[in-house]
Amino acid sequence: MVDTKVVLSGWEIDNPVIPASGTFGYGKEFSELYDINILGSFSFKGTTLEERFGNPTPRICDCASGMINSVGLQNPGAKHVLEKELPEMDKYFKKKVIANVSGFSVEEYAETVEILDASEKIGLFEINISCPNVHNGGMAFGTKPENAAAVTKAVKAVTKKPVYIKLSPNVTDITEIARACEDAGADGLSLINTMLGMRIDLNKKKPVLANKTGGFSGRAIFPIALRFVYQVYEAVKIPVIGMGGVATAEDVIEMMLAGATAVEVGAENLVNPYASKEIIEALPLAMEKYKINSLKDIIGGAHNG
Amino acid sequence: MEKVIYKLKSNTALTDSVFKMVLEGDTKSITASGQFVNILIDGLYLRRPISVCDYDENSLTLIYKVVGKGTEKLSKMTHGRLDILTGLGNGYNLSKSGNKPLLIGGGAGVPPLYNLCKKLINEGKKVTVILGFNKKEAVFFENEFRSLGAEVYVATADGSYGTKGFVTDIMKDLTYSYFYTCGPEMMLKAIDKIAKTSGQLSFEERMGCGFGACMGCSCKTKYGNKRICKDGPVLEREEIIW
Ligand SMILES: Cc1cc2nc3c(=O)[nH]c(=O)nc-3n(C[C@H](O)[C@H](O)[C@H](O)COP(=O)(O)OP(=O)(O)OC[C@H]3O[C@@H](n4cnc5c(N)ncnc54)[C@H](O)[C@@H]3O)c2cc1C
Ligand SMILES: Cc1cc2nc3c(=O)[nH]c(=O)nc-3n(C[C@H](O)[C@H](O)[C@H](O)COP(=O)(O)O)c2cc1C
Ligand code: FES
Repeated sequence: MVDTKVVLSGWEIDNPVIPASGTFGYGKEFSELYDINILGSFSFKGTTLEERFGNPTPRICDCASGMINSVGLQNPGAKHVLEKELPEMDKYFKKKVIANVSGFSVEEYAETVEILDASEKIGLFEINISCPNVHNGGMAFGTKPENAAAVTKAVKAVTKKPVYIKLSPNVTDITEIARACEDAGADGLSLINTMLGMRIDLNKKKPVLANKTGGFSGRAIFPIALRFVYQVYEAVKIPVIGMGGVATAEDVIEMMLAGATAVEVGAENLVNPYASKEIIEALPLAMEKYKINSLKDIIGGAHNG
Repeated sequence: MEKVIYKLKSNTALTDSVFKMVLEGDTKSITASGQFVNILIDGLYLRRPISVCDYDENSLTLIYKVVGKGTEKLSKMTHGRLDILTGLGNGYNLSKSGNKPLLIGGGAGVPPLYNLCKKLINEGKKVTVILGFNKKEAVFFENEFRSLGAEVYVATADGSYGTKGFVTDIMKDLTYSYFYTCGPEMMLKAIDKIAKTSGQLSFEERMGCGFGACMGCSCKTKYGNKRICKDGPVLEREEIIW
């Protein structure tokens, strides 16, 4: 028997496979297809303090081996998530979940986490710092080390649960931001978020997305995401959750060898709703094939020697 | 919703750009007319949504217009299998139809009305259908609706067949108990302007998943935010914010 268990800051999960925020809703649609309790956990849709409708449509665009989205954080707001979505989730998902949180000011991040912190259902906070910072002319929090650190500190001050900061790949040097988060007290890091991209409709000769640009993700970004995880693993001591283009059990193993303690699966869930289940089922076989007894042993394995 | 591997039985041209595809496989998760399926196409990342035109226990009929890469690839298929998510969306609610429902379809929006028409006629309703196309060569399914027992009118924008003009030019002179429609948003809007009764309208939006997980297809309605793929594609006239 191979051992697929991994530990995220003291929280042991059955396997490292975690559907990524924004691609799994609150899990309900998937729970109607398979028993989602087989998942390590899942990260629910990015939550903000107030309800958000998000960007105008079209918000989705197809690409070779990937997709661009400009959903713009549509969510019902932290109070609704705490009072309605989390108790409802308890009916079909027995494990703890990852709460993905976004905000437009340092105070907003902290206030949102403070509200959600009341829920026993949440095992870990994943703080998405890719949104524009309203106090700083719209520059994303995730692009400046001092902003990333400020958000980390503010959130750490209001919760005892592990806080993982989700990093944007749209930066010059991700290791600088990773270190800033670590120094500010982050328990872990989560990467990568989507990469900025766009497409133009040849008939209309205008951008496909109403928002013009959006976040590119899916299989095409796997090698890029892997490189980011590899670099960040060398730069910090805290655990890393790796994601970006993961679609197979082999991808999970590769991400872990690069330095990921757990792995999130995003866009692949949208094209194949059984993707996370199939990856989990294939994982023990892939481990046997590559002579891996315990996944814990291979984290960062590609760096040795 | 369910994932089913369908076997292609036939794929025939109805016009120079519209094709009818008949597939063999389980249809038990299709529960209403006006629902749609989401098709995985070799070499493309996102699935392509197409309405259910007709179905019985073990066969599924789709009608699609070639507009881009995905539909082009579909049109070239002569045999093989397709990975499809079936039974998506809410579909039309038949219970509100009254005795003399009006069905209005425009272009690629005609297909989902076929199974709806069949069901309404089976329930003993007197169904009137208006089909709108650009020109004579683009007309399809006129006789199929007539064979079901519906009274059928056709409008073409250039007047090369049927009434010259738009579906609304015919609709304005008819009496009906309720209406059901599917077609380009411009047409839906025009229908909403002149309709004399309540009705249900089917919308399109670019989709990520097609089953409610990504929030890619949201719209605002008077009853709150809805996902076209899960809470739609059919919306009631009263809730729509244009
Ligand atoms: C619920 C629903 C039901 C539909 N039913 C039918 C039908 O029965 N018959 C039919 O001919 N067409 C139907 N359509 C439209 C059909 O989905 C598009 O024509 C098709 O996706 C185009 O794909 P493509 O690769 O050929 O075009 P491309 O332009 O290459 O597609 C690029 C991307 O845009 C999306 N896209 C393009 N046009 C549309 C559109 N009008 N609506 C939504 N997404 C679009 C594609 O899915 C793809 O992700 C329906 C759409 C929806 C949302
Ligand atoms: C439709 C969609 C919505 C997303 N929404 C969020 C979100 O709300 N919060 C967040 O941190 N990341 C969000 N993401 C990013 C993913 O969680 C993930 O980081 C990214 O897509 C890379 O993984 P992938 O290539 O497997 O999709 C979203 C991605 C997609 C495709
Ligand atoms: S397309 Fe994903 S929610 Fe509608």
